[in-house]
Amino acid sequence: MRENSENLEEAVSIRAADKVFNPDSDNEVQALLGIDLDIKEGDFISLIGPSGCGKSTLLRLIADLLVPTAGEVKVFGKTANQARLDQDYGMVFQHSGLFDWRDVSANIELPLELKGWSKADRQARSREMLELVRLEEFKDHYPRQLSGGMQQRVSIARALSFEPRLLLMDEPFGALDEMTREHMQVELLRIWRETGTTVAFVTHSIPEAAFLSSKVVVLSPRPGRIHSEITVDLGDRTDQTREDPKFFQATTEVREALRAVEAG
Amino acid sequence: MTKRKALRTAFTVIVTLVLFVLLWEGYKWMGQQTEDHWPGTQFGLPVSTDDLTMPHASDIFNELTDEIRAGRETLPMTVYLAKKAAFTFLEAAIGFSLGVIVGLMLAIFMLRWRFAERGFLPWINVSQTVPLIALAPIVVTWARLQGYPDMVGISLIATYLTFFPVAVSGLRGLQSPDSSDVELMHSYAASWSSTLIKLRLPAARPYLFPAFKLAATLSVVGSIVGEISIGTKTGLGRAILDFAQRYAVWPERLYSSVIAASLLGLFVFGLVNAAEWLVIKRGREVLK
Repeated sequence: MRENSENLEEAVSIRAADKVFNPDSDNEVQALLGIDLDIKEGDFISLIGPSGCGKSTLLRLIADLLVPTAGEVKVFGKTANQARLDQDYGMVFQHSGLFDWRDVSANIELPLELKGWSKADRQARSREMLELVRLEEFKDHYPRQLSGGMQQRVSIARALSFEPRLLLMDEPFGALDEMTREHMQVELLRIWRETGTTVAFVTHSIPEAAFLSSKVVVLSPRPGRIHSEITVDLGDRTDQTREDPKFFQATTEVREALRAVEAG
Repeated sequence: MTKRKALRTAFTVIVTLVLFVLLWEGYKWMGQQTEDHWPGTQFGLPVSTDDLTMPHASDIFNELTDEIRAGRETLPMTVYLAKKAAFTFLEAAIGFSLGVIVGLMLAIFMLRWRFAERGFLPWINVSQTVPLIALAPIVVTWARLQGYPDMVGISLIATYLTFFPVAVSGLRGLQSPDSSDVELMHSYAASWSSTLIKLRLPAARPYLFPAFKLAATLSVVGSIVGEISIGTKTGLGRAILDFAQRYAVWPERLYSSVIAASLLGLFVFGLVNAAEWLVIKRGREVLK
């Protein structure tokens, strides 16, 4: 796994990005306006904001699943399109998006298959990834036999299988119950530390954003703009951290920023 | 588990068959007692119960084991019908295979180009409103003029019926994956054809198999109608046509050929079911 070095290279750099859906029509929507955002390599940033503020749209601009109407999106110094073609990022969606007809290993191997890896290499890597997400004994199970939390762990393993330098997560724990969710947050931080991957994480949960991130980016709605960036430093986080006054302080700060956003 | 299920299915089939025979014979007996009236009324029965319209079930079953002269040889009826059915099955199998290929190609074509969906889909629907009886001679005459055996023309008629459900359900199945699944493939920079093979086709299977089942039975219907409308020398259609002409003398024979046609339909349906089990269900059952 890569070193989590302290170099300050930009993983993502967005300048003056606008996104307009259905331009020049009756249902034109200005989704994002004048977005400037930098994500440093090794960072864990959360995008938070009221629903409809364009946080998922912003994530899709980074992923080159959407193209900005104006402005520039660079990923590791390349255009977002080139970064997608080079597979510099892995993506995890709210619904695990595992393929029903593939067992756990085969799901993890999907991106490797598309890259043309040999069967032996694929199997070796999927074993490593299953170890990383602690699901070794479920490799032959099918997605429907797993709980929601396990499915998301497989989905994370799939996204990391080709060792991308950036992990994009779109409300990955949004459909999980609270206990599973907190457990998955601790797991995700462990994986983040072990792999040194940069993470951009979309959420609408205040404690989730405060617990996970080194930086929380608060968006205002319609059109989506960056309202503020809140730096959080909770050090090494465990379940105890949730009872720490520093955690309480961080959630309060994020909450107040969101209230300011909603007040307009 | 599956063995018990198979036994239960077999049991259901037998019970249904027995019930049907009892109903048939009961209705016939009742009609014979009341001279085709509902008991105690002046209302006539919808179907008369004489031996010509409704031969005894036992006579029909006897007919199946009786001998029939076919050309120079004499064969038991079951063997005679099985031979005819084998010929029809071959036509239906060719028609089904071609129909699946054409239907899938159309579905993929319509998936790839939206304008093709808008332009083609209405015509695909219209195609099925053309009466088969009008279409059959056109296709068969064309095939004969090209010097092809009649089997080719008949198979093409079966194809004409079978491609339709495959194309329509296939398109729906190929379009069934969630947008996030498609985004996932896009994030892997997967090509259109990899997305088709790794995502859309596997996702379409639950839509395709019901269409295949419908197509399989339609291919038998298409072949029989094709045989009847062009008067081939062999095949179940021919047997049905022959026996229909002599219905007044031997009604049991027509009934036995109809039973043979139904059994052939059931047989092809069962083949598709088996294929479905191999492709979809086995994978899931292993796990439970």
